[in-house]
Amino acid sequence: MAKRIDVSGLTAYYGSHKAIEDISMTVEPRSVTAFIGPSGCGKSTFLRTLNRMHEVTPGGRVEGKVLLDDEDLYGTGIDPVSVRREVGMVFQRPNPFPTMSIFDNVAAGLKLNGSYKKSELQDIVEKSLKGANLWNEVKDRLNKPGSGLSGGQQQRLCIARAIAVEPKVLLMDEPCSALDPISTLAIEDLIGELKERFTIVIVTHNMQQAARVSDRTAFFNLAAVGQPGKLIEIDDTERIFSNPSVQATEDYISGRFG
Amino acid sequence: MSNAAVTEKRASTLRGARLPKWSPYAIAAGSVAVAVGIGLAAGLDSRVQLGLIAGLLFILGSYVIAARVEGRRQAKDRVATSLVWVAFLLAVVPLVSLVWTTIARGVKVLDVYFLTHSMGVVADSQPGGGIYHAILGSLEQVGLATLIAAPIGVLTAIYLVEYGRGNLARSVTFFVDVMTGIPSIVAGLFILSLMLMFDMQPFGFAGSLALAILMMPVVVRSTEEMLKLVPNELREASLALGVPKWRTILKVVLPTSLGGITTGIMLAIARIAGETAPVLLLVFGSKFINANPFEGAQASLPLYIYQQYGSGETPAYDRAWAASLTLIAFVMILNMVARGIARWKAPKTGR
Repeated sequence: MAKRIDVSGLTAYYGSHKAIEDISMTVEPRSVTAFIGPSGCGKSTFLRTLNRMHEVTPGGRVEGKVLLDDEDLYGTGIDPVSVRREVGMVFQRPNPFPTMSIFDNVAAGLKLNGSYKKSELQDIVEKSLKGANLWNEVKDRLNKPGSGLSGGQQQRLCIARAIAVEPKVLLMDEPCSALDPISTLAIEDLIGELKERFTIVIVTHNMQQAARVSDRTAFFNLAAVGQPGKLIEIDDTERIFSNPSVQATEDYISGRFG
Repeated sequence: MSNAAVTEKRASTLRGARLPKWSPYAIAAGSVAVAVGIGLAAGLDSRVQLGLIAGLLFILGSYVIAARVEGRRQAKDRVATSLVWVAFLLAVVPLVSLVWTTIARGVKVLDVYFLTHSMGVVADSQPGGGIYHAILGSLEQVGLATLIAAPIGVLTAIYLVEYGRGNLARSVTFFVDVMTGIPSIVAGLFILSLMLMFDMQPFGFAGSLALAILMMPVVVRSTEEMLKLVPNELREASLALGVPKWRTILKVVLPTSLGGITTGIMLAIARIAGETAPVLLLVFGSKFINANPFEGAQASLPLYIYQQYGSGETPAYDRAWAASLTLIAFVMILNMVARGIARWKAPKTGR
């Protein structure tokens, strides 16, 4: 079951540096929301606050609320480990575990979290790899190391690994920036399929990509270097790209600055 | 030094004149010949001196000839190459000579009998006898030291890299650095003072404790470096799957760096296997087989070498060299095992 995310008044710091300030937005379940904006405006930082990965960075801390179906992720007694099981993440650069085979990579989330029966694991791995459109390419070499795959395949392997633990939300931090157009297309198609089951948030520098895959788009910007990043506006993707309500968004999209 | 030929000059801005491929060898041969000539003329008979002169001539000759033919930039390049080669030879010559001497003198009495018998009823001046008791003592002392130092060292390194923040981590790092510099005799004296406090006689395990003190900082340092090499992305990937931190370390970080950690531990073992001073103080040495490291004096290989060589008898010299060869072989086997493990456990590549 996909879940809704409600963010209100969220501010994140790296030590004493304020990276993003006072961000509020709602992410609908079973939809794709894209974050766009210039480098350093805090898109990735904001994304990482949504599954409490921000605090993994030394000095990282967060103020504000992130509600996942009415439960505050930053409330007292919330275990960040459980949060990350509900909110999965795919990173910019494909990062399969180098010591593990393709099979073990996909099963990693389950194996490392407890004991599963072999047959059960096999079903889940097959389902996840099919879900990531990778099954046909790797079904004959599941025991080979994951690092032997091409970049695009590795990234789909990482997506399979992320969806194998059945998260409610899938966060993607520029998942295609290290990939060629063909692999990018494969992953964009995949995002279209995955949104039937998951809530998806994707950070991208590629505005065509945001226009192609997302239902809603959020534009982030920062006043100047060293200032915290802010959410400028969030709206239906179609509206953002045709008739945004803020001038800065139109300037950025049409390439006049940023 | 006239054997450098000039290749045909061409009217191209991209292709300058080049010395032929065999020119470095020719220059080397020429400089050796000249060095020998100088040696004969000046009446030098030390081969070390001749070698140094030849090396110097080689570097100078490369520069001058290359500068003439190829230009200054290429000449500098050739000088750098020559320097690297000369430094390499200077480093390798003593090593090869040491291994050669040890093998040549060591094989004289090294046989199965030597490896399986002790010095029990053999006087230093008599031939015969063996090093079984010393091998046994070394294995037990070094093994116990490793059992103590390796886990503590690896866990300390995990703390420093994965958890350590602030003052505690900084002071641990500082004291590990200080410990790296502890002379082995001081570690021995430290344990000896404890032994005297409790009024104990020398025994093998006391030596192990001193060796563990020497080994620990080396293990911490090498493990720390290996853990730092594990990309942060792998930790984040694991954490983002909802895997707790301790399991991430155990199942992702450690397996990724296992090869390097093992190599580090093996090198630390190699370092302490040759320690004599603390063993002399704490284990005392013995001519008899004593398999119990917790009671009574024991022998050990480096101590055996020291005592045999110190006795000044010809059969004892032979035994000392044979024991040296055994010790080198022991360290080398450990090294090879470490490399094997490193290769076996290295992150897999290939399709």
